[in-house]
Amino acid sequence: MLRDEDRIFKNIYGLDGADLTAAKARGDWDGTGELIKKGRDWVIDEVKASGLRGRGGAGFPTGLKWSFMPKENDGRPHYLVINADESEPGTCKDRDILRHEPHKLLEGCLLAGFAMGAHACYIYVRGEFIREREAVQRAVDEAYAAGLLGKNAAGSGWDYDIYVHHGAGAYICGEETALIESLEGKKGQPRLKPPFPANMGLYGCPTTVNNVESIAVAPTICRRGGGWFSGLGRDGNTGTKLFCISGHVNNPCNVEEEMGIPLKELIEKHAGGVRGGWDNLLAVIPGGSSVPLLPKEICDTVLMDFDSLKEVQSGLGTAAVIVMDKSTDIIKAIARISHFYKHESCGQCTPCREGTGWMWRVLERMAAGEAQVKEIDMLLQVTKQIEGHTICALGDAAAWPVQGLIRHFRPLIEARLTQGPSHQEAAE
Amino acid sequence: MSVRRLHAEQPDSFAFTDENVSWAEGQIAKFPQGRQASAIIPLLWQAQKQAGWLPEPAIRYVADMLDMPHIRAMEVATFYTMFNLSPVGEHFVQLCGTTPCWLRGADDLKSVCRKVIGEQGDITEDGKLSWLEVECLGACVNAPMVQINDDFYEDLTAENFEQLLDDLRNGKPVATGPQNSRHGSEPEGGLTVLKGDK
Repeated sequence: MLRDEDRIFKNIYGLDGADLTAAKARGDWDGTGELIKKGRDWVIDEVKASGLRGRGGAGFPTGLKWSFMPKENDGRPHYLVINADESEPGTCKDRDILRHEPHKLLEGCLLAGFAMGAHACYIYVRGEFIREREAVQRAVDEAYAAGLLGKNAAGSGWDYDIYVHHGAGAYICGEETALIESLEGKKGQPRLKPPFPANMGLYGCPTTVNNVESIAVAPTICRRGGGWFSGLGRDGNTGTKLFCISGHVNNPCNVEEEMGIPLKELIEKHAGGVRGGWDNLLAVIPGGSSVPLLPKEICDTVLMDFDSLKEVQSGLGTAAVIVMDKSTDIIKAIARISHFYKHESCGQCTPCREGTGWMWRVLERMAAGEAQVKEIDMLLQVTKQIEGHTICALGDAAAWPVQGLIRHFRPLIEARLTQGPSHQEAAE
Repeated sequence: MSVRRLHAEQPDSFAFTDENVSWAEGQIAKFPQGRQASAIIPLLWQAQKQAGWLPEPAIRYVADMLDMPHIRAMEVATFYTMFNLSPVGEHFVQLCGTTPCWLRGADDLKSVCRKVIGEQGDITEDGKLSWLEVECLGACVNAPMVQINDDFYEDLTAENFEQLLDDLRNGKPVATGPQNSRHGSEPEGGLTVLKGDK
């Protein structure tokens, strides 16, 4: 198990203060100006050496992403945008950073912004997180008052402004180009790429969008060294990670653990185990609602990191572990996820706009035992027609949970459809 | 996508209070010159706070303030689901029904809403309560939960939720956040990490 001294978020539960004094006592803002004086390349190299992969779901190497920003300023300002639009079902980790560790995020914003030549940063907080947004704004005000932001931020010689902005209840704004559209005052509909935000992002200027957790771990990485972070976890899947364990466990919780921790150990050590014991486990969605579920046999041994979960045709996503015990109607559970995607589709691409509602309606009928067995293959085919055929990944995210359900629980669906009410009526 | 339409009955006009006008100017100042449209979500949100919901004249008012075509503001107001295009109760309950909350009893909370308030969108006769099922609110390890106005109420049961609604309706003070012994997202019944120094 990860040692407490290697945990980055020491106040993740908010048992200590979130204010600047308490944050400084935990080590935040310690010598930030000196770190910046080591230069842009030093910061980027340190993050690259850490092996940090983006914590928002896709797992793209963070240091590499930063290095895509133009080295020279062509007259257009550079922007850093923080994606605090946390809305992936099962995920509630960024919320804890925003309300309990906001100074880690702000210090990370300064370091990351400096590393990509940005003087301005927007933090886009999901609309529902009203108290969390207030907490971040309080921290920003404190940081300005203490000279950590603004002109010559933290004595670094770099001018830096942070603005707190918010959304109004659209999951799709967690997609980086939709977020940029929303920040420009439009509907949150994703843009076609290329051009990529690093060249043409916010207001047509070079922009990098990063997840809250990715940025909030950066100051600790710079202070303790990329080598410290990469020494945790395993190759290609380094460091620590905030896990959110929800659903049918005895003690749902968030916890920071080492990447690559076995799923079973994670659930049993921190969440008090599966309700009714490990053998009562039916399935786990390991990385937020977008990733395919895993049946118990796989959960017995799988490790919680990007590559291990990819090997079993799922994904780490946001590391939101949704646990379902044997009392769960798994078809209904996935149907509810399909309803979510139907609700959140932005409506821009036909396969997603029409397909998400179509999948949801079929799954509802399947849950009620009112579909025909041949519709299982039809449903699977529709998921394949949505996957990869939309501008953004919401189409994929809607398709994968359904594919996971059919992959692992086809006999259960078939049984329900051959014994369901419609079939019985036909037999009579 | 959710289909969202304007309410049939609309007030004749809308204008920000003086206080909100200066607040709005502060929001606009966060963005570069000529990019004032960026402030539309906070401004519509503030208009909704002032009016209790988001009437059509308020959408036009905000569009004018930001020098935007009315239709662009209308698009934003109908796209984002937190804008209430028709009136809501004084205590507006947004009940999370997505899978992590559903697994832990969101359906029981829905039954309480039906019993105490009525169907979704209904406002109680005293104007105090209304409810809506919404998608994941991002407090999944404290499920099931609801948002009422600006606050989250977490770790709910049918019993404590009904009591909560009753207290709100009667103007009694209520505790926000987890409704059991938890402080935040830590496991109930004792920490498993960070037990020693902070």
